[in-house]
Order: sequence, then C-alpha cells, then structure tokens
Amino acid sequence: MKNGKRTIRVLLAKPGLDGHDRGVYLVAQALRDAGIEVIFLGLQTTAEEVVAAALQEDVDMVGLSIFSGGHMTILPRITEKLRQAGLGELPVIVGGIIPPDDARTLKGMGIHEVFPPGCSTADIITCVRSLIPLT
Amino acid sequence: MYSKEKIELIRKGKEEWEREVLTPILRKWPEREDRFETLSGRELNRLYTPLDVSEKDYLRDISFPGAYPFTRGVMPTGYRGKLWTRRQVTGFATPEETNSRLKYLQREGQTGINLVFDLPTHYHLDSDNPLCAGEVGKDGVPVDSLRDIEVIFDGIDIAAISTSIITAGATIFAMFLALAQKRAIPLHTLRGTLQNDIVSLYYTVHLSRFNLLDLFRISVDVIEFCVRNIPRWNPISFIGYQIREKGSTAAQEIAFTFGSAIAYAEALKKRGLAVDEFAPRFSFFFNAHNDFLEEICKYRAARRLWARIMRERFKAKNPLSWLLRFHVQTAGCSLTAQQPMNNVIRTTIQALAAVLGGANSLHTNSMDEAYALPSETAVRTALRTQQIIALESGVTNTVDPLGGSYCIEKLTDELEEEAVAILEEIDENGGMVQAVSTGWVQKQIQDAAYAYKREVETKKHFIVGVNCHEVEEDELPIEILKIDPYHEELQKKNLAAVRTNRDMQQVERALERLREAVEAQENVMLPFVEAAHAYATIEEMMNTCMPSSQGTKGGVER
Repeated sequence: MKNGKRTIRVLLAKPGLDGHDRGVYLVAQALRDAGIEVIFLGLQTTAEEVVAAALQEDVDMVGLSIFSGGHMTILPRITEKLRQAGLGELPVIVGGIIPPDDARTLKGMGIHEVFPPGCSTADIITCVRSLIPLT
Repeated sequence: MYSKEKIELIRKGKEEWEREVLTPILRKWPEREDRFETLSGRELNRLYTPLDVSEKDYLRDISFPGAYPFTRGVMPTGYRGKLWTRRQVTGFATPEETNSRLKYLQREGQTGINLVFDLPTHYHLDSDNPLCAGEVGKDGVPVDSLRDIEVIFDGIDIAAISTSIITAGATIFAMFLALAQKRAIPLHTLRGTLQNDIVSLYYTVHLSRFNLLDLFRISVDVIEFCVRNIPRWNPISFIGYQIREKGSTAAQEIAFTFGSAIAYAEALKKRGLAVDEFAPRFSFFFNAHNDFLEEICKYRAARRLWARIMRERFKAKNPLSWLLRFHVQTAGCSLTAQQPMNNVIRTTIQALAAVLGGANSLHTNSMDEAYALPSETAVRTALRTQQIIALESGVTNTVDPLGGSYCIEKLTDELEEEAVAILEEIDENGGMVQAVSTGWVQKQIQDAAYAYKREVETKKHFIVGVNCHEVEEDELPIEILKIDPYHEELQKKNLAAVRTNRDMQQVERALERLREAVEAQENVMLPFVEAAHAYATIEEMMNTCMPSSQGTKGGVER
C-alpha cells in the first residue's frame, strides 16, 4: 500500500529460448520507476514456471517479451495454462517482434495488448494502469 | 600537425570569427539546442578546426593506410583493389529453404556466405526436443546433424566462397569440416569465419544452456585447432554487434569487444601458442548504428587501438597481428516497425558509415526486420544498397576520404580515449570473463540502454516515425515472410529419418571417443568432426561433451 493505494504487481518473463533481453529490462526499469512492483522471472522461462509464479506471487498482470518468432506456439500455451490454473482473468500483455496479423490473432486469444518495437514505455505504463483497477 | 606560429594565428583568427561573425548570428538565430550530442551522449562542438588536432602527430597517430597504427585502414589501396565482402545473414525455415535463398543471393551478387541458425541449434537442442516447440526454423536455419549442413551447402562451392558461420562452439563447425572432407577439399584451403566468441554471446544473447567456463574452453580448442590446421580460417570473430544491440554506447562497444579478445589472447598464450601464431587470424564484428560521424570514428578508433594493444600489450611482432579486420552489420535495433520502408534509408546511412570507416565485410539489414526475417524482395533491396554504395557513390575510389577532417580525427581520438578508460575498468574488475560472471558488464550496458530509451522518450533523440512524423498505419505497406509450422514438422521428420538410417554403432563409437577426449582434457575438435561424420546430432554431441555443465538462465544476473 502506498498513499492508501495498493501497489500494482506485474510478473515479467521471457518465455522460450529467445535471449534478446534489452526490451524486457527497459520495461522492468520503467515500470519500477513508475512505482509498479515488478517480479522478473528471467529468460528461458517455461509456461509452467510463469503459471506457478503468477499463483505464488499473486500478481495483477503478466507481461511477456518474445523476439524469437515462436510467439504463435508459445503464447497460446501460456494463456491456456493460466486458464487451467484458474487465472483466465489475469491480464496478459506482450512485447516483441510480432507482425500485425499475428497480433490480431493473439488479441482474439486472450492477450490484452501487443507492443511492437519502438513503442514508448509511457504507453505500456498507461496500459498496465488501465487494465488494473486499484480499488 | 601545424607549427606553433600557425596554431597561434588560427587561434586568434577563430576568436575574431567568433566575435565578428558568429556572435551576431547567434543573437539573431539561436541554435536548435544548448548542447549537441552524438547518439552515445558525447558532446559535439559547433566547429572543429586545426586547434582540435594541433597535438596530433600524423605519422604516429594517423599515418598511411596499411601502415601502423592503421587509423586509415588495413589495406594500402582501400577499396580501390578489392571491395568489402557483401554477405547477408541467411537462414530460416529449413535447410532446403535456406539453400535456395543462398543460391538466390549468390545470383544477385552476394560475394560471401553468412549463415545463421535458429535458437534450438544455438542451444544445441535437437529439433524434436519438446523445449524447442514453435521455435524450429523461426530465426535461423535448424541444424540437427551433418545431413542439414549437406543440404544447406548443396550445389555451393565452399572451396571457392568464404563462409561465415554465426555460431558459438565446435559442433556446427565440425559438421562443416566433415562436409569439406566428404567433398575432398583439403581443410587448410578453407576460407571463412566462425563467430565462436562465447564470452560476448554469453551475456548479450544468452545462447547457451552450459557453463561459461566450459564453453570458453571449447572455443579456445577450436581456435587452437584452426591455427594449427586451417591457417586461412578466422576461428573467432569478436562480437561488438550484439553488445551495441543490447544498448551499449559506441565506446563500450569497442572496449567490451576488445575485453573479450584480450581474454582469448591470454588463454591462447597459456596454451603455449605465441601471439603471432593466433592474432593474425582474429577477426571482429561491429555494429553500424544511426550516428553517422560517431560510427565512422568508432571503426577508425578501434583499428588504431587494436593495433596498439597488440603491439604494446601483447608485444606482437608480426604486422599481421596488429590488423583489425572486421565485419559490420547495420543496427537491427535501429529498425522501426513504424513506416518500415524508412528502414532502407537508415540502413543506407549506416552502411555508408561502415564503408567510410573501412569495413572489410558488410551485412545490410532488410526493411522488414522489425517484423520478421527478411523476404526475398526485401533482402535484395538490402543487398542492392551495398552495391549502389560500391558502384555508384564514388566513395570507394579514394582511400579513407574523411581522414584528416578535424572533426573526424578529434572524435576518433575521443572514442579511443574513452575505450581505453573502459578497458582499464575491465582489468580492475578482473578481466572480461570475471566482469561478465559478476554482471558488471551487463549493468554498464543496461544503464546505457535505459539512458538512451529515456532520451528517445523525452525527444532528446528523434526517431522518425516513432517519436516524430508519425502516421497511422492500419495495414503494413510491405509483405512479411511467414514461416509455416509445416517446416518444423518437416525438419523433425528429416531428423527422424537420420536417426533411422545412420549406423548406431558408429555414432556410439564416435561419442565415446569424444567423451574420452573431454575426460583427458584433450582438444575436442577432431572427435567432434568424427561424430559429425557419424551423423551424431548436435544435442548428442554437446551433451556428451558437457554431461554436467550447467549454465545460468541468462536473465537472472540482475
């Protein structure tokens, strides 16, 4: 609790084998600077690890960074596992190299937002705040 | 470079110019900024004059191309003799698709091969490993066994063209050597480059599931083997490119790259090799980012500093040991998803900087790479960009045309000085391997990346289409390469066929030999080549070589 408001807790992870971590570190730091609590699972995390951490850390949202091109296989697997764990309502946002067609499909599959390269951290912070009611 | 009297006259002249000419203009039309900076945050003066280079000694600091300290280039004739090698990073979907793209690029005028692998291959995992689901062939070509290398190079004369292999370690290289042997090409005639700089790869793109020191030992094995057996091969290419992509400054890019090179040089000396045996085969790989002048000076500073390090620190006697030969790739991180056709212009400026900086080899990015691997049309435009610079721009017709520019020489000096200071910090942190293990290097780069991101977001740096001149784009104006999931299934099927058809006894014998070599701490290259001949898979080879080696999960160091 800060000033009577609950602190937002966001779980960040890089699923799959991809090692391009510049983006996720920038987002983590920008969120922290904005007073948002970040739990960063690191690289090469599996769907199971994401779900376990989301449950254990009682987070408000999951942010996934993926630049490998494997997003259409890897991301639906994570949203499915979240659903199975009873976390189907947990907002999931994604950043990385994801073509617009795929982004549309992913949004239809329960991903709330897809951020392309070059997006501003301010937009990400606005999105996080809009998706999480702080009452 | 000027007499004391001349310098005094210029200084007086400059003061007069500032008073009489500049000041009235500044009052009328103030400058756009209080402080002008390069992309790395280095202050740029309004004007550079002989006063900025008055301390320079032409013969000591700049000299002639092909002469120590090589500020103006390693070739006395620059590009008047031979142009840089034009090699586009290639690899996607399957070995079959990659083979046809390589042949396409050769028809379109590519002069070298630059092969990149998918993530499972970088991790030494077979395509049918469940960890790889969805990632096979996505950002490079999958290679499971010698079969795939045979397909990739089918109909391509590896004895005639130089091949760059973007991988860390011995497995793929062993397969390449096995292919050469099957084609009866003597190994000592092969030309090409192996990336192999695991120290840099380890902390930039984390392409490993093994321990850094174990991987380092193998990469040193590869260098030792090449120095003794494949004298025209560059067994390592020190990677500044990924350091810059991770967000470093230009000076950090030079210093961290050299930090790794110094670590390897010291390890090779400990193996009993003389510096003049291995240093002539060291090669380097730098980024070309947006800041045109800073990038040109970065290459010139790097070339001079490397020559000095080799000659002064390592006491290399052979002039070939002093040469910084380098490949450049234009900056992937500078490409924008917004208005992707603008990326052609960015890449052109970056490529021109690489050429004016004296690159020996060049890859130009394609306009669509903020979305996917390049389409055939996009990669052709990228190659054409190089060809237009080479054949139309005229900059190749005289050596180091910007040498002697007051600004260029001053910035070159400043970048060298800053890189030297960072190298001292690396030494204070126990050398590059130690500084990476503790996360010190990563922290320096992450801080620089965050500072740059803040500057873009506060519009201190502009990116057209991103923080200015934006347009609403509903549909992409270009076509994107799609990699069908069918390719992953096909690759797994082909791997299954390899497993069925190979002689399992031969595989086991070869892996046993590899295990013995590891236990006896012998050089593992020949056992790797033998395992490649037996069609052992990449995962079998590395798991045999490193049964108990555990890496850190890249991201947890901070």
